[in-house]
Amino acid sequence: MTALLHVEGLGKRFGGFVALDGIELEVQDGERLGLIGPNGSGKSTLVNCICGTLRNETGSVSFAGEKLDGLLASQRTHRGLARSFQLPRPFASLSLAENLRIPILYAVNARSTGRLAGAAIDARCRDLLGEVGLAGKADRLPRDLTQIEMRKLELARAMAAQPKLLIADEAMAGLSHAEVDEIIALLIRLNGQGVTVIMIEHIMRAVMEFSQRLAVLVAGKKIADGAPKEVVRNDEVVRAYLGE
Amino acid sequence: MRGGPFILVLIAVAAVIFGLARWLDNSYAFFVGYVVVQYIVLGTAWNILGGYTGYVNFGITAFFAIGAYSSVVLHKLVPAMPLPAMILVGGVMAGIVGIGTGYLTLRLRGVYFSIATLALAVVVQTLITNWDFVGGARGAYVLRPRTAPLIGGGYIDYLFLIMLGLCVISLATARAIERSSLGYGFAAIRDDEAAAEASGVPTLKLKLIATGLSGGFMGMAGAPLPFYVTYLDPSSGFSLNYAVNAIAMPLIGGTSTWLGPVVGAVLVGGLQEYLRVTISSAVNVLVAGVLMVVFVIIAPQGIVGLFKRKRQ
Amino acid sequence: MASSLTVANIDAGYGAVRVLEDVSLSVGAGETVALLGTNGNGKSTLMKSIMGIVRPSAGSILAEIDGARHELIGRSTEEIVDLGIAFVPEGRRLFPKQTVTENLLLGAFRPAARSAIRRNLDFCFETFPVLKERARQLAGSMSGGEQQMLALARALMSAPRILLVDEPSVGLAPLLVRRTIDKIKELKDGYNLTVLMAEQNFTQAIRIADRGYVIVHGKIAFAGESAEALNNNDLIREFYLGA
Repeated sequence: MTALLHVEGLGKRFGGFVALDGIELEVQDGERLGLIGPNGSGKSTLVNCICGTLRNETGSVSFAGEKLDGLLASQRTHRGLARSFQLPRPFASLSLAENLRIPILYAVNARSTGRLAGAAIDARCRDLLGEVGLAGKADRLPRDLTQIEMRKLELARAMAAQPKLLIADEAMAGLSHAEVDEIIALLIRLNGQGVTVIMIEHIMRAVMEFSQRLAVLVAGKKIADGAPKEVVRNDEVVRAYLGE
Repeated sequence: MRGGPFILVLIAVAAVIFGLARWLDNSYAFFVGYVVVQYIVLGTAWNILGGYTGYVNFGITAFFAIGAYSSVVLHKLVPAMPLPAMILVGGVMAGIVGIGTGYLTLRLRGVYFSIATLALAVVVQTLITNWDFVGGARGAYVLRPRTAPLIGGGYIDYLFLIMLGLCVISLATARAIERSSLGYGFAAIRDDEAAAEASGVPTLKLKLIATGLSGGFMGMAGAPLPFYVTYLDPSSGFSLNYAVNAIAMPLIGGTSTWLGPVVGAVLVGGLQEYLRVTISSAVNVLVAGVLMVVFVIIAPQGIVGLFKRKRQ
Repeated sequence: MASSLTVANIDAGYGAVRVLEDVSLSVGAGETVALLGTNGNGKSTLMKSIMGIVRPSAGSILAEIDGARHELIGRSTEEIVDLGIAFVPEGRRLFPKQTVTENLLLGAFRPAARSAIRRNLDFCFETFPVLKERARQLAGSMSGGEQQMLALARALMSAPRILLVDEPSVGLAPLLVRRTIDKIKELKDGYNLTVLMAEQNFTQAIRIADRGYVIVHGKIAFAGESAEALNNNDLIREFYLGA
């Protein structure tokens, strides 16, 4: 069975600095993958290369059997890839419902099937906000939201693009214990609906609870990939975190 | 109010204004009216790229002058060409330059794009100043026809009517954009371009549409100018007035809706005309500049924004 | 000349984001205490809270310097440095377009340090020979390891009683990390400095730590009363990797 996402030999440099070196990664349809690594290991760079915000110099990214090389980020979203940003980036002058409208108008409606129009779009926006518990604030502006609400909006907006694969980039940073639980539940629910999820996190508890498989990035290289309980006991991983 | 009825209302208002001017039977009214309405068009055009999409264009004079000078060229080559046709050509030429510049510079975010538009204004001005066919630095004379086609009376009446027509078209376009998915796309780009791109908005394509429309309307606003002034030279065609006003008026009126540039043009344009008559024309740019600074600091949402806040 | 630091029950964060919850720790006179934990758990926020860069919303931070006690919360960073607490920030934060000497001189901004500026500069060059060689080199052109030395030396120019070092190992190759830690040990042994060091690299940190704390998700998850108590790979791995 071909993997949903296939990253092959991906390399990215910034001048003389090698940010990513020959990354090989496969994600199966419906999987829950966790991606961890110390600061500066290249996790965000990898996400940016997969999503098209950055261009990788070597290697390739394939999604649902199609090579994504050269495609713009918006085109990749059309094909079913979505990501949330580490620091929430809402559309500040638009209401919450309107924030969700954007991916519906530009991602969902860019596809040949499943398009929405008129009242159906409004209904979808409100439904999605309801799923993340923000239905009551549908007509408010993002600046009226608390930190966790902003993160939920960020995830809801990624969900509005009806992705096949969602990359949640440190969606839980700065949240309390209970708030982390809420987001984990949300992502598991989403996965239950058939969305493949890659979770990038520093909060180990969340990653361990959520992931079916765990990959570890250190200094631009993938050093482990497998069952979470085994990966965290892998010598190289332990050395990377505890130091040598 | 849906799009169709809105256009009808605009046309009705325009007709009333034109009727009023005709009734006053004072050619001064037409001259002033032309200037104010021209600024509504220029401001609306600027606002499509600046207010809606968030890309500040300092190269207004380039597009405006492309429209003006293409009329000069057409008038020399095909004297019988009717003005509406010249306006169309002027608009298309300016629109193409807009898209072309956009393609070269829109990969530069924010500030760099604005600086590039400034460079564009200088380049176009230099090219035209050195182009003998349009008179170069010496300027070009354009004979204004004696009487207005279709409606009779002075030619200036006709110019005013044409400009009113352009105004209706540009306002209807701006409002249509506001309520469409295009408008949402522009707003997303303005608020956060990276998030917009990640949400599926084809940002480069939309930005090119914005620059094309914006440049095109500016060109159309400039096309009748040679007939209005009858003598067009680079220093007046590329006057700072146009650039400052085209930015100041939407900022003062409010950049988030089609109404803002209208309010800004009428108030500031009216004020400028009053001062020009009572004091001197040199005060015009000063007035626009000072008001712009005041509003940006105190009321960045413009006059329209102030009213919106009061209602909330 | 005893100098100690006591952090008691602080809550701190950035706007609506609460990072630290009910955190307490202490650094006794002449001690080197390690603050361990992986990224995103609050180490830097804790350091910044002590230095007045972040203002805690609850709790207190007491510094005892030369016998006098001072509450640090509410003071500006300049005041705190003035009291005799120096900070080596994460990522060094040098002035890249200034030379080594200029960076060092800027470290001695506080009035008490200015009077001894010549003497302190000589001391720095003696303790860090590599800096003496490169006195006129632009800080931005030096290697990571050299920059870390400069950052340490700059902090010392203010003649501090308490030294806070935030993640000295970030971006450094293992050998350089070792050298940096050695240098901090040299300073601690030779000059009886009180040191609080935030560091993810547990293996290196315990080489010089007298005591340590492990911070997980904004709370102190473990307080090691001695170097031996801390020197437990399995325990630390549990905190770092959750298993």
